[in-house]
Amino acid sequence: MSDKVLMKGAEALAEGAIQAGCRYYFGYPITPQNETPEYMSRRLPEVGGRFVQAESEVASINMVYGAACAGVRVMTSSSSPGISLMQEGISYISGSNVPCVVMNAMRGGPGLGNIAPAQADYFQAVKGGGNGDYKRIVLAPSSIQEGVDLFVDAFELADKYRMVVMVIVDGLIGQMMEPVEFKTRIDVSTLKTPEWATVGRHGRDHANIITSLTLDAAGLEQWNLKLQAKYAQVEQAESRIEEYQMDDADYAIIAYGTMARIAKTTVRVARDKGIKLGLLRPITVWPFPAKQMQAYVGKLKGTLTVELAYRQLFEDVQLTLCDKMPLGWYGRGGGVVPGPQEILAAFEEQFGKGR
Amino acid sequence: MEHNVVIAGFGGQGVMLIGELLARAGMEEGKEVTWLPSYGPEQRGGTANCAVVVADEPIASPLLTEPQAAIVFNRQSFDKFEPVIEKGGLLVIDSTLIDRKASRADLDVVYIPATDIATELGNSKFTNMVLLGAYLGKVNPISIASVHGALSVFLTGKKAALIEVNKKALQAGVDFVNKK
Repeated sequence: MSDKVLMKGAEALAEGAIQAGCRYYFGYPITPQNETPEYMSRRLPEVGGRFVQAESEVASINMVYGAACAGVRVMTSSSSPGISLMQEGISYISGSNVPCVVMNAMRGGPGLGNIAPAQADYFQAVKGGGNGDYKRIVLAPSSIQEGVDLFVDAFELADKYRMVVMVIVDGLIGQMMEPVEFKTRIDVSTLKTPEWATVGRHGRDHANIITSLTLDAAGLEQWNLKLQAKYAQVEQAESRIEEYQMDDADYAIIAYGTMARIAKTTVRVARDKGIKLGLLRPITVWPFPAKQMQAYVGKLKGTLTVELAYRQLFEDVQLTLCDKMPLGWYGRGGGVVPGPQEILAAFEEQFGKGR
Repeated sequence: MEHNVVIAGFGGQGVMLIGELLARAGMEEGKEVTWLPSYGPEQRGGTANCAVVVADEPIASPLLTEPQAAIVFNRQSFDKFEPVIEKGGLLVIDSTLIDRKASRADLDVVYIPATDIATELGNSKFTNMVLLGAYLGKVNPISIASVHGALSVFLTGKKAALIEVNKKALQAGVDFVNKK
């Protein structure tokens, strides 16, 4: 037990990033994730890193862009409205084929909204937000421990594919405390500066140039095709899902992050009542674990998608399972979080008593 | 086995602290724990609460819509949480500060003059420990010894001198419940 510490999510995730080799953080404050930059400002100098509180979110993401071009492990974090401001930079970073990690502690929207837990930035995270044909890998932890573990994967995946990796959480995960163990520590001295990094010629006959600008249409199409080939590879290799109580399930709830955690209690309560309910929890929401879900076609009598948003995750479920089974949906917005019983009531309303 | 409780009162009464003590003590016993604060746009003098879960199994929801128990430090928190406690649940009330009686007949209610007891021990600031003791006298999610252990994590340096009186306040709460 001695390896476990009780930590607030927003701080544990920051430490997780540091353990994953992150040494550069640029950000601008916004609730409910201020403990992340605060923690970074204290810890990064201790490990030889750099923390800069930028003058805005736009500046933050462009500082991240610059550090990413230098081939170091770099991240920023913000919450919904702040992440909206970063979309241009995220598109540029994606178009430039350089890696970084962005964490979004999603809050109620649209607009300034509020600071309560929400999942209404799903489309922005998964489908776009910035301009152009780009994708990011989007990881959606549902506990602090999983978030800490996924931060290692986030930086590894970012480097492997030279992509933006987003980690989406919400204020509930950010503000709660849970025991957490830091199992993996990346030794940054083993991380090699990539040969594409813009850190000087070092005896090479050419200078590396990183840009997202390609004026020639045919050339830009070729560049896009390269990106598309990479995204296809990621879709093939990196989708992840947790299948909870699915062995004998007649029905499944589909939910991610905080919502999935609450839905797990719903599954337990339903099973006590004799309803064979399980949970399919995407850990990556892009790439969407479509194949894993499609494996249940013919086995399930229906699914209920539950989210803190209005039919965003549900759209991907529809694309995945289309007319293969009855697809129910239940969601709350504006930062309201339904409890386990409310979800069960929604299930029973849409699927009867589930027998 | 899962124990969960909502602890609620004014900011500054040590509401969050005893929740964290409970969680930390649970963790030291090797149990699964979660601590979730209310984190709205809080203001000084406003109400604050936290939800603590201590369990043997991994904890699904840290959010308590129907807590098994509530420890309430003020009238507002009493009014807010009495209706949502699960059927037959436990309500621990500081009867020094709350003059109203519970309206639900199904609840196990402890009326403890916690502020008076704490004041007798030397300082009303120990009220939170008295209330925690009353809760732990009723249900046993963790041992008192583990809370003692957790106290030494929070009270260090000069504050370490306060460990003994905090232990006394905790015990006073336990004794109040047990003598009944």
